[in-house]
This record gives sequence, structure tokens and C-alpha cells, in this order.
Amino acid sequence: MMKFDIIGKRYWFFALSAFVMIPGLLSIALQGFNLGIDFTGGTLLDLKFARPVSVTEVRAALQEYKLENSTIQLSASGQIEASPNVFIRTRELSDDERRTVLSGMEKSLGNFDTLRAEKVGAVIGSELTRNAILAVVVSWIFMIVYITYRFEFKFAVSGILAIVHDLIVVIGVFSLLQKEIDASFIAAILTIVGYSINDTIVIFDRIRENLKTHSKTESFSQLVNRSIWQTMTRSIYTVLTVVFATVALYLFGGETTKNFSLALLIGFMSGAYSSIFNASPIWVTWKEYEDRKRIAAKTGGSK
Amino acid sequence: MRWGNLTKFSVVVLGILAVFGYYISPLATSIKQGLDLQGGTHVVLEAVDTPEAKVDEDAVQRVVKIIEKRVNEIGLTEPIIQRQGERRIIVELPGISEPEKAIEMLGKTALLEFQDESGKTVMTGKDLKDAKAQIEQNKNNVVALEFSAEGAKLFGDLTTKNVSKHISILLDKKVLTNPVVNEPILGGKAVITGSRTIEEAQELAILLRSGSLPVKVDVLEMRTVGPTLGQDSKEKSKIAFAIGVGAIIIFMLLFYRMSGFVANITLLLYVLMLLFALKMLNATLTLPGIAGIILSIGMAVDANVLIFERFKEEYRAGKTLRAAMDAGFSRAFATIFDSNLTTLLAVAVLFFLGTGPIKGFAITLGLGIVLSMFTAITVTRFMLKMLMHTNVFKNGKIFGA
Repeated sequence: MMKFDIIGKRYWFFALSAFVMIPGLLSIALQGFNLGIDFTGGTLLDLKFARPVSVTEVRAALQEYKLENSTIQLSASGQIEASPNVFIRTRELSDDERRTVLSGMEKSLGNFDTLRAEKVGAVIGSELTRNAILAVVVSWIFMIVYITYRFEFKFAVSGILAIVHDLIVVIGVFSLLQKEIDASFIAAILTIVGYSINDTIVIFDRIRENLKTHSKTESFSQLVNRSIWQTMTRSIYTVLTVVFATVALYLFGGETTKNFSLALLIGFMSGAYSSIFNASPIWVTWKEYEDRKRIAAKTGGSK
Repeated sequence: MRWGNLTKFSVVVLGILAVFGYYISPLATSIKQGLDLQGGTHVVLEAVDTPEAKVDEDAVQRVVKIIEKRVNEIGLTEPIIQRQGERRIIVELPGISEPEKAIEMLGKTALLEFQDESGKTVMTGKDLKDAKAQIEQNKNNVVALEFSAEGAKLFGDLTTKNVSKHISILLDKKVLTNPVVNEPILGGKAVITGSRTIEEAQELAILLRSGSLPVKVDVLEMRTVGPTLGQDSKEKSKIAFAIGVGAIIIFMLLFYRMSGFVANITLLLYVLMLLFALKMLNATLTLPGIAGIILSIGMAVDANVLIFERFKEEYRAGKTLRAAMDAGFSRAFATIFDSNLTTLLAVAVLFFLGTGPIKGFAITLGLGIVLSMFTAITVTRFMLKMLMHTNVFKNGKIFGA
């Protein structure tokens, strides 16, 4: 059966990855992230009013306390004028301030139910960022060590590069769409790291197995192509099952897990793509480069 | 013989189905729920240095004790008070209706002072034995104080020296009341007037009973989830869970038929075992935790996909059903082991570096990966072998090949 030559076309796939990553990177550089109070510190109020209220009304009510610069969001999806569900994100308020603001809003906008009220100090926020970066880097170190031990160093680096790709895609999309990033996003990121490497290892494992029996006439490219195609059905089925689970979580899982499942969804799809079209092709490119260098050195020496 | 095997297989399948159907709901609801599911307040307090009092180990330990006392006095069910790091204390108050008040009380220093007319502090809250809220006959809300032996003596001296003068009782440097002393009080008892409501008097009494904090305590973080949102999240996660699992089950049946059926049965067993393990570990189920479970189901299925794909390859290469299945399991094992172990590494990092809900997520996902390796490999293999021994199904197609 004639199979499409993935390795032969690898530079096209690298280009496609770059094409997806560049807008995200630009967005990160230009407009940054929409960081939640978990990172910036501040106060979040999630209120459900007895009647639908509009952003303008809420802003007017907050103006009395010089909080008109707060981020105000109606949580119902779609472009609508008014909704009973309101998110307010503002600077860190003391307990007294929060009480005053809440009772003031009750007077001007009517009764409401406090669904969530959160206050995070700026110290906690900066610690979270530091811990998040630390967690990702530490997980990479562990993976590099393990993969080097079970496979080889080049596999480890290629696998990590594929993860870097996935993370850039996810944080790029979150920057482009200006979706809020909160503490659970860190959990999503690390899950994506775990999934992406899992997916990559399955293909590497096949390459490792095929390397044991491969004939001298078969090039690295052909061998890797064969390995990728042998595991293709599995790669597709597996990403489908996790996508089923995450789409269900995204569609039916309620407001608080929406961004979390969106991050997972993007990450899983990117992870499946990078395992097939980035990780192993990077490994082949590296191997072939080394081979060429070795041959050049040999022929150079024989002259 | 073969029909005997088929009966055995059916019994196992029906057994798992029956246990799942009967226990899943009570088991799921018996696991301790996080604040994001049942509603409540999570507070992080930090002891901070002030010019008057520096924070040390002893001070923080005393703060924890006092805060425990206060929380218990408020009378909440199953509160959690936990020290975190050097100076932080995490307080979790499930199902609380008025979090504002509770938080205000937790962080209050509650330093009670008795001063003479010149403003000199003669005695403090340490000299108290007890404090109780009372309604006096004239309908005044008061806090009745009872002094320790030492305190009774000090208070006797104070009132003797200050007859027909003002003395002041201060809480955190604010004057609560400054009555004129009519006559020396030697019985070791006094009352603080000025509480507007009986609740206010009760709060003050609790604070005085639990003692004053040795250092200043700041509220670093506070998160309250109302019971409505908690209930809503719970309902929605249940639906998402059912739909996600349902889709995976249908997928497996369509693509792997009989093998898929067996994988689905062990998947149910896996969910049961995971919930049971969470219950045994006394873990708290949070919203990210549920997400972790749903995700781990996807990964559990992956192990079976790997095995069945391998089986297909071997079968098509000419092996018999049983030999192909055996080869599928043994060849796929190394793959599953390596890929799952790398994922576990990421989960372990999450567990050790994460806090709160992120830790919860790491526990469910990590536990899920380990358990799913057992169900997806061992149990599935056992059941498939049993099924193949029946010799009822001889065509590879039935097994998805």
C-alpha cells in the first residue's frame, strides 16, 4: 500500500507548525495575556442578580467606589446586552471595602446571590507564576533523564521540542483570544505536557523496535515513515477518545471548567500533531545531519 | 466445555455490570467533596512581623491553635486547619453561610487590655478564665468575664485604686467601654457592655475565650464558592462525565467489537476502582479532580487501543487468534509502560509543586494511570482469554481485526 511520505515532506509540516505558532507568539509579544487574579492578585466577584443587568449598569454602580476600571463580564455566552450572571474582576479589596461595594450594588442593582468571591494577594500570584514555570522545567528534566535512559538523548530532545511546540500553540491561542488564564491553566499545561510526551513515546517506541530489525538498505527516513504509519491508527484513535472526553467537559461541564477544557482540547490536538509531524521528523533530521558529518569526516580523512 | 467457559465469561461481565450499577452512585457521593463542589470558603492566612511582635515558630504554632479554637467555637462541621510552610495557615470552611464574618473573626488579633485612667495597661486577655455572652435583665447584651486567680487580684487592685475614676477596656487598641468604677470589684467577675446585638456579644466572647493572637495575621487569599454554584458544577460534571464516557464506549464498540466490549467492561471496573481508591485514601474530590478522572478514562482506553492495534497487525501477519492476542499484549506492554511512566513523571511534578485543587487533579490522574494499567492490561487480557477459550467466536473480525 502506498503511504504518504511524511518524512520527505517534513519541512512542509515544520512550516505549518511555524505558521500556527507565529501569530500566537506575535500576540504574546504585542498584547500579552489576560491573566486572572490567581496571577495578578485582586478580587473576583461572581454574582447572580435577580434580574438581567448590563455591563454599563454594573460599571456605573462601581464608579461610586472608583472601581469603574474593573473587568466586567456577562457570563452567558454570545453577544447579549444583559444577563443576570456577572463576573467582576478588580484590584485587591479589603474585606470592609468588598462588603461596602456589595451592599452598594445591592441598593442600585437589586438583589443578588454571591456565587463566588475570591481575593488573592499579589504575593500568592507571583509565587504561582514562579511555581508554574518551575513545574514545567522540572518535568522536562525528569523526562529528558528518563527518555535518555530508556531510549537515547536525541529522542529526549526531539520529544521535548514537540512539547515546546504544543505549549506555544496553547498559550498563543489563549493570548490571541484573550481568554483568562487562571491557576487551573497550569494544571492543563502540565497535562498537555504529559499527554504529548505519551503520544510521542509510542511512536519512538516503534522506531526503537524497528531499529533492531532494520536492514542496511532501509534509510532512517524510510524506517521512521514506516514506524509512523504503523502507529497511525492508534495515534488517531487515541486523540479521538481524549477529544471526546474533553469536548464533553467543554460543552457540558459548566462555566468554571470551560477555559480549562479548552486549553486541554487545543493541547491534545496539537500534541497529536506534533508527535507525528514534528517529534520523529526532528529526530530523523538530526540523525541524518550526523550521518552526513560522519561521512564527510571519513572521506575527508581518506584523502 | 466451551459453553461452560461462556457461562463463566457472562458471569464475570454481569457481575461487573451489577456491582457498577449498584455501587457507582453511593460510592461517588460518599467521597469527600472539595469546596468548589459543595460550597464554602478557603482562606490563606499569613503571620506577619510588626515592630511590636516578630514572627517565630512558637508564635505560628500558637496562632494555629488559637485559630483552631476559634473555628471550633463558631461550630462549623469538618473544618480543615493546616499549616503551610513557615508562616502560612490554610483554613477551609465547608458549607458556611456567612463567610465574611468568620474570616473577620479568624484574622482578628483580639488583644484585650484593661487600662487605668492614665492609659497604663494593667492587665490583658491572658488573665481571663472565661467569657460568655449574656442578655442582662435590662435587655443589654453583655459579655460576662471571669478572671483567673491572678487576674482577679489584678482587677481587684485596678478597681480599688480607681474608685470613681474611668477605666478602659480595649480590644485591638479600640476602646470597647470605659465605665466609671463605683466600688472595688473583688469577686473576679466583670461585664463588658456595648454590644449592639447578642450575636456581636457572642463573637466577642468567642474571640476572648480563644485568646489573642501573638502576632499580626493577614488574609492573603480568600475564595468563597456559594452553594448554588457548587451544586451546579456538580450536576454539570456528572453530565459531562456520562457523555464523555458514553462516547468512548460507543467508539470502542464500533471499532473493536468484541474486544471493545471487553475493554468497556473493564473500563467500568476501572472507574469503580478509582473511586474506591479515592475514598480509601480519604482524598477530596474537586472540579479539576473530576476533569482528571475524565481524562484518565481517555488514557485508560489508549492502553487498549495500543493492544488491539498490535493484535490486528499480528493477526493479519498470519498468527492464530490466541497467538495474535498474546503477542498484542506482550508487545504493547513495553510501549504502554514507557509512555505512561513519562506521563506519571509530569503528574508527580504536579503533585509535589502544586497546591490545593491542582494537587487534587494530580492525585486522580496519577492514580488513574496506575490503576488503568492494571485494568486495561491484566483484567482485559484475563477476560479476552476466557472469551477466546469458549471457541464461540472464531473469526478475527469479531475482535476488531
